[in-house]
Amino acid sequence: MAKGAIVIEIERCKGCGVCIPACPNKVIALSKKVNSKGYNYLEVQNDSCIGCANCAIVCPDGVITVYRAK
Amino acid sequence: MSKDIIKPENLVYRRTPVLTKNTMHYCPGCGHGTTHRIVAEVIEEMGIQEQTIGIAPVGCAVLAYNYFEVDMQEAAHGRAPALATAVKRLKPDFFVFSYQGDGDLAAIGTAETIHACNRGENITMIFINNGIYGMTGGQMAPTTLEDMKTATSPYGRDIAMMGNPLKITEIVAQLPGTCYVTRQAVYTPALVRKCKRAIRQAFENQKENKGVSFVEVVSNCNSGWKMTPVAANQWLEENMLAFYPLGDLKVSK
Ligand SMILES: Cc1ncc(C[n+]2csc(CCOP(=O)(O)OP(=O)(O)O)c2C)c(N)n1
Ligand code: SF4
Ligand code: SF4
Ligand code: SF4
Ligand SMILES: [Mg+2]
Repeated sequence: MAKGAIVIEIERCKGCGVCIPACPNKVIALSKKVNSKGYNYLEVQNDSCIGCANCAIVCPDGVITVYRAK
Repeated sequence: MSKDIIKPENLVYRRTPVLTKNTMHYCPGCGHGTTHRIVAEVIEEMGIQEQTIGIAPVGCAVLAYNYFEVDMQEAAHGRAPALATAVKRLKPDFFVFSYQGDGDLAAIGTAETIHACNRGENITMIFINNGIYGMTGGQMAPTTLEDMKTATSPYGRDIAMMGNPLKITEIVAQLPGTCYVTRQAVYTPALVRKCKRAIRQAFENQKENKGVSFVEVVSNCNSGWKMTPVAANQWLEENMLAFYPLGDLKVSK
């Protein structure tokens, strides 16, 4: 059961990928689809998020909001 | 499942409102964005948004005033510490920070940097060292590493011909006017957290009128270095940190 969840602001994402190695559970990856600026945006690929916020903390563009179940 | 978790009471991280809603113009993965974010988070956490004035540089961060939701002034190239001096002296109850790249702070602005640090102005200086002139197309900077390729050192920096890379942070740490001098980075979660604590300290010091607090952030320039953002962060760790080691250079009581 997932303990955490993230919300990705797709239009703000630049597809840089620096958040991906920061995730301890391989939850996130770049999509094959692009946003309106042409960037392959970040997406969630499974439900093993623990809400650690590592991804959000390294994102230069403040794209990710993080929630963790109490 | 995630719908059950996405509720206001479970929020652990969101973009700080001390950043404007504008999308930053920085290249994907650029450390300028990360550093802006943590400076803004420190301002939010200290509750000083209405009492903070930032000074923007010339360089990629020239448009920083579009991103910080605080009062900002734009300095002439390299002159941010001089402008920060004026602002702080006129408004001593305000928190004043300058934000500069290595070309701005350690080339054209070397005199302003050294003299503000030597006078001991009660300001916070944020210094983004990516070893290159990012904005103008990746020319060699004083901070460019030996053998590092740039647009103006296409075969690598040759020390005999082009001189030595400059450790300006080590220089300002020697000056009596600096109270806190530290070198940080922002490419992993742990380093971002540490850098944010350093920036917090650098702002807190202004309450005690201690002199210049100087935070270098060793950063990437994936466009100038001609690498992907992830490869640039790896290159930074393997090459930049050997010459620019992380840690505190000076912490005054
Ligand atoms: C008086 C003057 N000289 C030169 C320039 C050209 N110029 C603009 S930014 C810059 C250097 C930027 O490098 P840095 O401070 O390292 O910032 P970065 O873009 O790497 O963050 C230079 C030389 C200028 N704008 N004004
Ligand atoms: S919050 Fe942590 S576990 Fe969840 S996606 Fe981000 S880095 Fe991965
Ligand atoms: S770090 Fe931010 S901008 Fe880069 S891919 Fe991840 S979410 Fe997108
Ligand atoms: S040119 Fe370099 S420093 Fe400037 S925004 Fe792009 S990556 Fe960042
Ligand atoms: Mg630079």
